[in-house]
Amino acid sequence: MNLLLVLPILIPLTAAALGLTAWKRPGLQRSISVAGAMALLVASVMLLAATNRGDVLATQMGGWEAPYGITIVADILSSIMVLLNAIIGLAVVIYSLGALDPQREAFGFHPLVHALLAAVSGAFLTGDLFNLYVWFEVMLMSSFVLLTMGSGRAQLEGAIKYVALNLVSSALFLAAVGLLYGATGTLNMAHLAERIGSADPRATTLIAMLFMVAFGIKAAAFPFFFWLPASYHTPPPVVSALFAGLLTKVGVYALIRTFTLCFTGDMAFTHEVILWIAGFTMLSGVLGAAVQSEFRRILSFHIVSQIGYMLMGLGMAGVALAAAESADESTAVALRGAAALALTGSIFYVMHHIIVKTNLFLVSGIVQRLFGTGDLDRVGGIWRTRPVLSIMFLVPAMSLAGIPILSGFWAKLTLVRAGLLAESWWIVAVALFVSLLTLFSMTKIWGEAFWNAMPPGREDPTATVRSDRGLRIMMTVVMLLGAVTLAIGFAAQPVFDLAGRAAKQLLSPGVYADAVLGGRQSSIPPVDADGGAP
Amino acid sequence: MNSLVLRTAARFLLPLLLVFSVVLLLQGHNEPGGGFVGGLVSASAFTLYAVAFGRDAALRAVGINLQVLAGLGVTIAILSGVPALVLSEPFLTGHWATVPIPGIGDVKIGTPLLFDIGVYCTVWGVALIMVLNLAEE
Repeated sequence: MNLLLVLPILIPLTAAALGLTAWKRPGLQRSISVAGAMALLVASVMLLAATNRGDVLATQMGGWEAPYGITIVADILSSIMVLLNAIIGLAVVIYSLGALDPQREAFGFHPLVHALLAAVSGAFLTGDLFNLYVWFEVMLMSSFVLLTMGSGRAQLEGAIKYVALNLVSSALFLAAVGLLYGATGTLNMAHLAERIGSADPRATTLIAMLFMVAFGIKAAAFPFFFWLPASYHTPPPVVSALFAGLLTKVGVYALIRTFTLCFTGDMAFTHEVILWIAGFTMLSGVLGAAVQSEFRRILSFHIVSQIGYMLMGLGMAGVALAAAESADESTAVALRGAAALALTGSIFYVMHHIIVKTNLFLVSGIVQRLFGTGDLDRVGGIWRTRPVLSIMFLVPAMSLAGIPILSGFWAKLTLVRAGLLAESWWIVAVALFVSLLTLFSMTKIWGEAFWNAMPPGREDPTATVRSDRGLRIMMTVVMLLGAVTLAIGFAAQPVFDLAGRAAKQLLSPGVYADAVLGGRQSSIPPVDADGGAP
Repeated sequence: MNSLVLRTAARFLLPLLLVFSVVLLLQGHNEPGGGFVGGLVSASAFTLYAVAFGRDAALRAVGINLQVLAGLGVTIAILSGVPALVLSEPFLTGHWATVPIPGIGDVKIGTPLLFDIGVYCTVWGVALIMVLNLAEE
């Protein structure tokens, strides 16, 4: 059990270390990288199998008891996220074998990807807020190097915006961690859940808002999203795909974790704010996408708008729970049910989104390979020359827009149903409207790049591109991810049940706290009401 | 830089700083010091050498590819946690043994020392990669 919990961090970390020691031997690096990514997938499937029934696993690093040491803890949500991380890791590593130029590969692409995977796994599995900060930093460093690798002018410009904004987020995060420690005397999330109630509620709400801003920047939520569309279209598509799938979702995960476990004191306020942020994030992302005409820029703006849907579930859940406290008994039961459904929707949405978004970026990589550009004005007629590729775009694109029986439809349906049950009318209206605009955006890409012929006067450059081994590898990965999307869509019930169990676990944090703290009473005397600071 | 004073000083300071960095590494468990500071000191020793004799001379003096050095460091640090896993204890749980060394007496050696050595190598390698890359421009 100890082993199972640390493996999702250890495997990519070891792969990164071994990859570094094989610095001058790209062939060996590739083998280590692929083997590491496969092992990570196996380990995370085993982890999900172990937590799937509702047990929360925990281990104390170095044998130092919580709340003093660092706890690594896995519940269903963490295990799902780790599994998604592993799927994306494997997909990107294999795709890179066909897509990446040798210079960038020699610059340490494989070790960096694994360092990033280790950091993301760590962020999903840690039970300690300061440790979460450390994983965020590891993530920022490895993603920064991946982003600047190759040092194109546009790349550096995007990277500077990316790093500047993320450093602000880190500083806010660290400040909030310090304040929280001053107010409660602990940073272990389970311990925090027990003790935060006895701290000054004004202080804890303030700290909760600081965390919301810090994680909101990471998640690219309104109004802090502009770093994302400014940087994601600049690196090689395989790097964009990795980032698009994972990075912002770590921010979303951190928000879901802390705002269901720790900051639940004033949900009528904090989660109402999250709900507003969600609405604005959806709208601003999709409107931003409507005016773009470059493949990956459009997709980048859509990441932003999709983040809104994920936050919408979290916000609705909190608002419904807060309303349930003052409602009469039958309404309260209904509202709690709506809250569980809303969180289920959020988790389902994250699962669907990570696969679909990475896949779309990978498709954009193939288009870029064929045409040498992602500019929609200079791309066309793919449907006639490459119908398979077109279908491979259509599956994730229509899923993103929420066309029935694809995975995105079920995710949106769950959220909308929860919204109707919780009577959050306006956010449901926004979600449906944004969904329509998403469809518009996807049909725009479909029309200009795939359906319409090449613009007149331009030669079709794909005629000269032969289907070499690289393209075949890229196509295989895209097809496999498309198959996962279809599987989530057609077998929605088991996935929905899984997300539902994860949501239920989030709403009863006692299990989590017992697993981390060993079911014992806290041995540290509680802080007095005015914060306990000298 | 072509300065006789600097070159002579650097030649003497390099071994001195390296010994100091190892002292820092070894006393780190209970006193100020540790793998991180030790690694920084040894990286700065080679930085000084690079200032005096140039980047390539410093790379030759290290004698091992810096990326490989950093990778080995991380590998050593990970290995220090493995004994605990084999004994099915939490990862990184410390294990100590007392080894009698003639002339010094009983010395306590344990997995945290191994971890610190890993950190030392990683910091040494990574810090030098950064500094020498900047020196290249």
